Parts: sequence; structure tokens; C-alpha cells
Amino acid sequence: MIRDITIGQYYPAVSPIHKLDPRVKLAGTLIFLISLFLTESVVGYVLATIFLAGVIKLSKVPLKFILRGLKAIFVILAFSVAFNLFLTSGEVLVQFWIFKITKEGVRTALMMAIRLVYLIIGSSIMTLTTTPNDLTDGLEKALSPLKKIKVPVHEIAMMMSIALRFIPILMEETDKIMKAQMARGADFESGNIIKRAKSLVPILVPLFISAFRRADDLAMAMEARCYHGGDGRTKMKPLKYKKHDFAAYIVLFAYLGAIICIRIFIG
Amino acid sequence: MSIKVEGLNYIYSQGTAYEIKALDNINLSIEDGEFIGIIGHTGSGKSTLIQHLNGLIKATSGAIYYNGKNIYDEDFKMKDLRSKVGLVFQYPEYQLFEVDVFSDVCFGPKNLGLSKEEIEARANKALQAVGLKEKYYKYSPFELSGGQKRRVAIAGVLAMQPEVLILDEPTAGLDPKGREDILNLIARLHDEKGLTVIVVSHSMDDMAQYAKRLIVMNQGSVQYDGTPKEVFLHYRELEKVGLSAPKVTYIMHELAERGLSVDVTATTIEEAKKSILEGLKK
Repeated sequence: MIRDITIGQYYPAVSPIHKLDPRVKLAGTLIFLISLFLTESVVGYVLATIFLAGVIKLSKVPLKFILRGLKAIFVILAFSVAFNLFLTSGEVLVQFWIFKITKEGVRTALMMAIRLVYLIIGSSIMTLTTTPNDLTDGLEKALSPLKKIKVPVHEIAMMMSIALRFIPILMEETDKIMKAQMARGADFESGNIIKRAKSLVPILVPLFISAFRRADDLAMAMEARCYHGGDGRTKMKPLKYKKHDFAAYIVLFAYLGAIICIRIFIG
Repeated sequence: MSIKVEGLNYIYSQGTAYEIKALDNINLSIEDGEFIGIIGHTGSGKSTLIQHLNGLIKATSGAIYYNGKNIYDEDFKMKDLRSKVGLVFQYPEYQLFEVDVFSDVCFGPKNLGLSKEEIEARANKALQAVGLKEKYYKYSPFELSGGQKRRVAIAGVLAMQPEVLILDEPTAGLDPKGREDILNLIARLHDEKGLTVIVVSHSMDDMAQYAKRLIVMNQGSVQYDGTPKEVFLHYRELEKVGLSAPKVTYIMHELAERGLSVDVTATTIEEAKKSILEGLKK
């Protein structure tokens, strides 16, 4: 059941997208997000869709796998669509009781839904095609200018990569703990909300204890290998842009340019 | 009382890049009062198999019959199965959570919806059965030693009064004294309470000494199923799949090769001693 969560999960495959420098993918995700909020016309969405479909195709990640990540935001999606659908004023299309659906409502609800879905898909493609380590390396490198104003970039990146590293471990542990308690007759699925919240205690206590123990062990292991922060630390595989990274940048900026043009000329 | 496993298959993460076939057409029949050891290298599917036996994992295909009833039938009550087939996981840290040992052991029977008196009576009985001293009952489970934690974990499952007790590597991470204590405890539960016991283990010597029947798992399927003597005759094949036979088996084979007439199927030190002495007399 826990295995179904795909946000933040890496999908191993050999593809042009997997091979890109993580900085390109970070920039690409950012550009894609910006483009979504710049777009308000049908032409713009068609372009965004073509771009996204192209990237998905290139990444070789099965579409089914990507769409599974959407399950997690389904409730938020349903809420925002419902609010936009019923609460936007304008030309009335259908009306029943106190609810009325307007032309503008349909439009904004649809746009909202597309934006949210593309947002999630866009960012999950980044995490699906980049290992957490590459991602934090990329982030560290991209943010390194901030070091000059005393932002502890390396430490932040290290914390991030440790946190990401531990997500699957803690999930697996949660699974084991749940099973151990279920073997003793624990029931997590029935009862009202208070009963259900209470039934989480037998999972949370062992999980917290184990997380603290792991953190302690890791700190010890890092100290034993003389870890002392980022100063003077070099990388085994330093990030270097290659030809295909520049090509990707050109594509990205061409896409952004096209979106901006569409916004200016079509609306 | 019996467990029957028929054509059991299980595939992890089906339909993703991480797809693994963990169990491959398992057929087993487990009778009342048996003492079974399951051995296999890491990843051979032994832990997956035992989690099927009390319904924690649902098989991809195949069926399990508990006392003749298919546990995958819609009207079958999983909770009843879990109280009848008790499973103790490898790490007691995964299940201990209460403020003290006694209330932790009460967790299982409490989930069965029993009365307060009955719960406490069962917890007392279970803690006595695992031989934990009364002064520890009010300790926090996290103040105990590894062996004591394991006893509490076993008591936590025993308090539900199961008919079958399954233990996943009950001796992992314990010192020699702790190992022996836990194994003797398990043997005692089997002999005195008549529990059906299934133990997953890496230690061939322990299994040779305690188990009456051995099941060898390899790559998700059952490779051998028989008495320890029968299974350890295949010690060359066992080595090929990353396992070994008890040390005694190797000594006996070596002695036989050098011309001493001994019984090569001896698996415990006692049997070996008898057989060697007899061989020397001849």
C-alpha cells in the first residue's frame, strides 16, 4: 500500500532525460512551471501539452507510473475544481438550487485542473528521472553563489539528501511495524477518526525511536569518517555541462520564448 | 488443525520496474504440532512466505487453507486467523511501544476485544511462559536487553493464545547464551503447550538440533522439504545456493571418507558422539 506513493521516487531507465545534468532539469522544471502560469489561451496549453508529452516520451517512464502520483493530490484537485466551478460569477450556464455554473467558472476550473495536473506531472518527471543524490548535487551547485552571503548551501543540500535518502527506509520500516502490529490484531482501517488516530500510536512510537536511533548511527558514522561540513570538500563526480545539456537549454528557452510570444500576441 | 498452501505465487511491485517474483508455486502442508525450520539465503522468500501464512500479504495467485477454510474467501475473518497464527517479527523494536512491558503484552488480547480480567490473566500467563522475571513487568520495554525484548515480543504474541507460532529469525543479534535461551524457550512452548512452531533461521546447527522438519527455500520456491537428516544429505547442493549443513555433517562425512564407519546422517553433536564411539569400537 505504501509502495504506491510515487512522488519523489526515482524510476531507473536509460533515456536522454535521465542523462541530463540535474541543473538543466531543475531549470527546466522551473521554466515549465512559469510557462503554466503564463499560459491562458488554448494555443498555449496545446504547446505545453506537446512539450510535456515530448518529455514524457523521451524519459521512457511509463505513463501509468507518472499518473499514479496524481492520486495523492486528487482531493485537492477536486476541491479547487469545485470551488472554481461554483463560485465564479459570470454568464450562467446551468442553475439548480443555490448552485450555478457559469461559463467563466467552467473555464477557470478547467484551467486550474490542467495547471495542477501538469504541475505535479512536470515536477514528478524531474524526480522520477533524477536520483536524489544528483538532485541535491544540482541544487547545491545551482545555489552555490549564495555562499558569498553566508548561506550554508552545502549543509542544506546535505540535510536534504539525508532526508531524501531516509524516506524509502522509513517507509519500509513503517510497513514492517504496521505488519508487526497487525500480527497482534491491530486494526488501522475501521472506526471513527479519533479511534483511527489512536490506532497510529503503536506505529508512531517504534517509528520515532527507530528514526532517532538511525540518525544517531548516521551522525556517528559520518564523524568516524571525519565529516566536517562543506569547506574544502571536493566531489568524486563533479557536475559538468555537456553538449546535450546546452542543447536542452536551447530547447527550454525556445519553449519559454514561444509561450511568452503566445501570451503577448494571442492572449 | 492444519495449514495447506496450494500453488502460491507472489510478485512484489507488479507492473513496475521493481517487479520481483518473490514466491514461485509453493505447495506445503503443515500439520498440527509440527516443529518446522525454514532455511534459505537472504531474499529466498522465506519471510514473504511466513507473512502469507497469517494473511499479512495477499498472494498474487494461489490459495491457503487454514483448517480447511480458504483464507482468501470474502467471509473469512482475517483477525481470527491472526490470533490463531501468531507471527513474531525479527526485530522486537518494531512492535514494542507501550509505557511498560505488561501493557505492551496486553496489546494483542486487547485487540481481540476480551474483558479486562481476561486480558490481564493472559498477559500474566504469557509473560510467565517466556520466563521473564516479575520485576521487569513495570519496566519500559526500551530499558530491556536484546534477549529480554525478544521474550516480551514473543509474550505479546503468545498472549493472543495462538495455535501456530511463527518466528522470523528469533535469535538474530543475540549472544550465544541469549540464543540458547530463546531456542529452549521455543522448544518448551512446542513440547508443553503443543503449539505448532515454525522458525525461520540462518543457523543450520540450531535447526538440526531443534526442528523436526526442514523446508529449504531457494529463489522463491521450495527446494527441499524433509527431516533435517534427509535435507542435510544434500549438503553439497545446499552450499551451491549459499547455505551449508551443520558442522557435524561435515565432520561425519570427512570421517566416513577416511574409513571410519560412522553414520553420516548424524546432525547433532549427541548423535555424532554416539556414532563415532560406536565406529571406534568396531
